[in-house]
Amino acid sequence: MDNNQSNIYPQNVFAGKYLNKSLTVKAAKTAKHSNKQIRVEKVFKQALVLIALSMVIIVLSIFFTLVVQSLPSIKALGWKFLGGKTWDPVNNVFGAYPFLIGTLITSFLALVISVPFSFAIAIFLGEYYPKGWLSELLKNVIELIAAIPSVIYGFWGVFVLVPIVRDLETKFGILPYGIGIFTASLILAVMIVPYAASLGREVVRMVPSALKEGAYSLGATRFEVIKNVVVPYAKSGLFAGILLSLGRALGETMAVTMVIGNSPLIPDSIFAPGHTMASVIANEFTEAADTVYLSSLIEMGLLLFLVTVVINVIGKRIIKRFTNE
Amino acid sequence: MSKTDAHIKWRIAKSGAAKTIIIILAFACVIPLLAIFFYIIKEGITKINWHFIVNLPKPVGETGGGIANALVGSLLIVLCASVIAIPLGILCGIYLSENRSTKLAYYSRLAVDIMQGVPSIVVGIIIYFWLVKPALPFTGKPLGFSALSGSAALAIMMMPIIIRSTEETLKLLPDSLREAGLALGLPYHKVVMRILLPCGISGVLSGVILSVARVAGETAPLLFTAFGNPYMNTNILKPMQSLPLLIFNYATSPYDDWHDLAWGASLILLLWVLILNISTKLITRKWRVQL
Repeated sequence: MDNNQSNIYPQNVFAGKYLNKSLTVKAAKTAKHSNKQIRVEKVFKQALVLIALSMVIIVLSIFFTLVVQSLPSIKALGWKFLGGKTWDPVNNVFGAYPFLIGTLITSFLALVISVPFSFAIAIFLGEYYPKGWLSELLKNVIELIAAIPSVIYGFWGVFVLVPIVRDLETKFGILPYGIGIFTASLILAVMIVPYAASLGREVVRMVPSALKEGAYSLGATRFEVIKNVVVPYAKSGLFAGILLSLGRALGETMAVTMVIGNSPLIPDSIFAPGHTMASVIANEFTEAADTVYLSSLIEMGLLLFLVTVVINVIGKRIIKRFTNE
Repeated sequence: MSKTDAHIKWRIAKSGAAKTIIIILAFACVIPLLAIFFYIIKEGITKINWHFIVNLPKPVGETGGGIANALVGSLLIVLCASVIAIPLGILCGIYLSENRSTKLAYYSRLAVDIMQGVPSIVVGIIIYFWLVKPALPFTGKPLGFSALSGSAALAIMMMPIIIRSTEETLKLLPDSLREAGLALGLPYHKVVMRILLPCGISGVLSGVILSVARVAGETAPLLFTAFGNPYMNTNILKPMQSLPLLIFNYATSPYDDWHDLAWGASLILLLWVLILNISTKLITRKWRVQL
């Protein structure tokens, strides 16, 4: 208090004369300061709105850029683009059918391989051992699987997985490529396990214990509780986990590019080399000189974008509905 | 009597068998992780030494050489991406947590969800058509393949992660905290920057580090933007090498010397990503949001 006063009142005998002036200066200063604060506050709020708006604008412009850039190929090729079975840039024949098939087969095969594992993890972490060092360890392992860069998966796949698959193929009497759709699916399966697993764990944990206890009190074994109570209750959430994994698998580029064999032909078996939409773009984008060639690659990007957007939005919707219930 | 007994025993046995199968399946996922780790460490550890870190890659046929250009390039590209993405991401997260039910927040949230799902290769295409190819407004000429456009692509991939974690953390903070600040007469921006953000710093920071870890290993968006460069370059307006690009280019080449470089680079990249991931763990443990 004393300090304050000595600041406000000048230390001279004619205090009365200067008092008013110094107070008004002080008041003016405070007013100026708070005016400035109010201005900053306004600018801050506007900046927040602007940035939130810019996210919407970015996504919309991504969509429009893709549409505009793929117009030449949409105009020139139309629906033939999706149904066309040959991809021959040298003769200007662009059919994306082999890549659509390649993408679908690799992604679904990867899902089929990975789902048992990710559901097992979800049930293990959500139901059997929600706490303890063992579950902590497994949780960290899952996070690490998600953290490894895809180019490292691809590199490892080329030098470790491909020889193993090749040996297997010779054993079963299939043409031993090594590289191919099956190898790509194996790598993808490892990469997408964490997405379905961590989401699955959350939803399995959210199953109300009253339901489970009710089932136990009726004499159900643990497996029966899981089969008849936990999984049915959590099924929409588990499904959302699969969707998110699928979205991830469809767009994955580098690891797939490195092991799929990059062949533009329609694969005749799951062991044959193939191409996915993402791997075609990665391989040929910088080499595409012709307008239609380039824009047909972009049209594939547009397709990829739309599919992953739909899958992700549906998945997020399901999760939201599940967590609100 | 013995029939029901047998039935009960059968059910219990089934339950036990199911548990065993689930545990085996769950822990089977450890195998590929360990396999990748050990293989990368085994191949990489012999290649890494001081020479490897400070030298440029040698042409094919000469042994030795290092990956200095990729290390510097990766650091610069990720740094620039962070400079773009962190402020924008945190501010957008603040908006979303502060305005939960406005129309803009709904669409912005949807946009962030979509952005998170965009395949990385598509981000590369987009930046190619936004920055690399067209003439830019101020300079009048295209940016071309450059580290800066690579950073922009990575920033688009970082933002959703930062926004999400900021939003989720700030949502957890009690309203009384915000109201106490406002009641003391603090202006809104100070309430947010000096009270809310420091309180939720653990979540925000771990989101930031996680996003850096995620994009540090991204290759696909850099293919058509940063492009790669066999020489040392520190000018962010020129093409630049990065670790994932180097691994991709050298791993797919037919030369053993280049494979060696790629193994070493993989180990360094793996360690980098691991350290970042572990530090998010430590941060969330140390500064947990306490309610």
